[in-house]
Amino acid sequence: MATVQLDPTAVARKSATRGLRPGTGIGGWVLRIALAIVFSFPLLFMFVSSLKPDQQIFGDLSSIAAFLPVGHLSLDNYGAVFDRVPAARFLVNSVGVSVVTVVLGVIINSMAAFALSRMRVRGKAVILTLIIATLIVPFETLALPLVWWVNQLPWLQFDGFNLTLTQGWLDTYRVQIVPFIANAFSVYLFHQYFESIPKELDEAARVDGASWFTIYRKVVMPLSGPAVATVAILTFLPAWNSYLWPLMVVQSEELRPVMIGVQYFFQLNVSWGQVMAYTSIITLPVVALFIAFQRAFVNSIASSGVKG
Amino acid sequence: MKTALKRVLAASVAAVAIGGSLAACGSGSGSGGSGDGANGTLTLWTHNAGNAAELAADQSLVDAFNASQSKVKIKVQAFPQDSYNNSVVSAAAAHKLPCLVDIDEPNVPNWAWSKYLQPLNLSADLSQNLPSTVGKWNGQTYSVGLYDVALAMFARKSDLQAAGVRVPTAEKPWTKDEFNSALASLKKLGKWDYPLDLGTAGTGEWLPYAYSPLLQSFGGDLINRTDYQTADGALNGDKAVAWAQWFRGLVTQGYMAQKSGQDSTKDFLNGKSAIVYTGSWAADQARKALGDDLVVLPVPNLGAGPKIGGGSWQWGVTTGCQNSQAAMDFLSFMLKPENVAKVASATGTIPATQAAAALMPDYAANGADSVFREFSKSYAVMRPETPAYPFIATEFGKTVQDILSGGDAKSALDKAVKNINDNIKSNNGYKS
Repeated sequence: MATVQLDPTAVARKSATRGLRPGTGIGGWVLRIALAIVFSFPLLFMFVSSLKPDQQIFGDLSSIAAFLPVGHLSLDNYGAVFDRVPAARFLVNSVGVSVVTVVLGVIINSMAAFALSRMRVRGKAVILTLIIATLIVPFETLALPLVWWVNQLPWLQFDGFNLTLTQGWLDTYRVQIVPFIANAFSVYLFHQYFESIPKELDEAARVDGASWFTIYRKVVMPLSGPAVATVAILTFLPAWNSYLWPLMVVQSEELRPVMIGVQYFFQLNVSWGQVMAYTSIITLPVVALFIAFQRAFVNSIASSGVKG
Repeated sequence: MKTALKRVLAASVAAVAIGGSLAACGSGSGSGGSGDGANGTLTLWTHNAGNAAELAADQSLVDAFNASQSKVKIKVQAFPQDSYNNSVVSAAAAHKLPCLVDIDEPNVPNWAWSKYLQPLNLSADLSQNLPSTVGKWNGQTYSVGLYDVALAMFARKSDLQAAGVRVPTAEKPWTKDEFNSALASLKKLGKWDYPLDLGTAGTGEWLPYAYSPLLQSFGGDLINRTDYQTADGALNGDKAVAWAQWFRGLVTQGYMAQKSGQDSTKDFLNGKSAIVYTGSWAADQARKALGDDLVVLPVPNLGAGPKIGGGSWQWGVTTGCQNSQAAMDFLSFMLKPENVAKVASATGTIPATQAAAALMPDYAANGADSVFREFSKSYAVMRPETPAYPFIATEFGKTVQDILSGGDAKSALDKAVKNINDNIKSNNGYKS
């Protein structure tokens, strides 16, 4: 049987001659545009429907009008959302809980990863493996035992000038934050990224008398922007979307996050326009965050070979 | 494993079944004991977050009660309905249940068995309440409701006339043959892809609430109610199989969609179906949209009489409440006719007592909504009063979806029976 030997350099030369990378031709653009349309349609439907009365939303469903801002448009649904749900309070709660979780998560997890990547720790490969192994356990399995545990935890409470020891973290902000600061996936992601930073930089810093913390703070972390961005996004998203946990541990309305608010609309006779308006409101911060960090996010995913 | 622990585990699994999202276990005491009420403030949990009308009505009763005496105060905490059961089960595991909870009636036996609820001892007379507004288990009353809702079918009078179909009444509902024939006639008009909308996109408690009455109207049931120990014969007997085949037949004959739209009432009002299976809660909306063209139809008699599900949201007192008497006093206060009427008016629901109905023009004799009270009185069948109900409901829901998808009816029903029987056995018969 005859065989054909391909010369890889010839193929490369051919591509270079055309000046095109695969997927950059008209077909590639058409495919990209088609994918963009497919992925943007649900968001488009949500935003457009949030401006329409219920009857029209359902009336438009069988035509392209469902995705177009046509017919009777108004901001009535947005007004109704704020009448029905303390949306501003929920937004503030979610922003607060998510931001604090992200900030503390970046600090704690990067420190753990730094120790595992740089410091001499006996059995650190085993420790890292054990940390990664915890990813197998679904949160739903841990949820109720965790409720029990957080209800046993002590807390020091300032009551005027008195300091009292209380038991139980339920119905607080901290119960929505603390259990999610340490995150195995974030540790792994930081660890992988730190491994790509040359250790000679640490050694040079050590020669100059830098401590481990100085190396962490002034050498490694400034070079880890993409990893920080990725961890920030991957921590922010579940914190923002958190539903089951706050449902179980928060009883007071003034402490609830935005996702619990979604359920406020699913009573009898659902007003879909209001549902779309509320989901538009709570989706905007996530979209804005992704747009702001997308380059760093993609870079980190590409460099660490991890799918988010 | 301790029996009490098993109960909490089973109740938690029941919560998963109802809520569909929570994996749960518990602490051993089996009680929702919390200490709530010890300081003179009793917390009340309700599923009405986002339901401004009902929440405001509840709050007004709480305010009136608080103003009527100075010994205790009631404090309202509202939760979204879809996640309410999960919040209660979590709180029970952490011993943080409030004194007063509202509860979907079919879950009362499970919560009583799990020792979340204590038997009620009210000064109010419950003998005049609609039977479906009193939650019982093992001969004791654990909950009481201010209202009920009733399933019904809505249609346009003009469509029925165009199809030459008789308008059924509470006294003379459609027979199975008449119902099938009406669907065929409506289909022939060619106005709709599917003339009937039974809300097949529904999930959770809708599935047993809406479709088990159709099964019961065929002569089947979810469980054998003599001792609640087996579903064999009730859920997989000839009558149950006939129901399943008929139900699937509605799809294969093109009378209804295998999966309806998300909001059947709105689809009906938009002219996408001729008959919608809904209930008293949608009457105001439909009447506003269609005026005199709206006809409220009773469910058909499929052989064993027309049936609808009984039992809606009710109130109970938890076992750990430190001031049970005050909680009972509050429930008795709520049951005054003017208070029942206030909540029922605000929610567009059927008042629990005739005395309250007399205060509501729509539910007085010949009132626009009096037909729903008639349906509730004449057709309501309570969902099985057993702690196994949440599991049964989940199994039945899965079975309905299998049947709608074209699965073999007998096999699907046999599988449900086996799972239900296994669950009852593994919980030692849910004995008290």
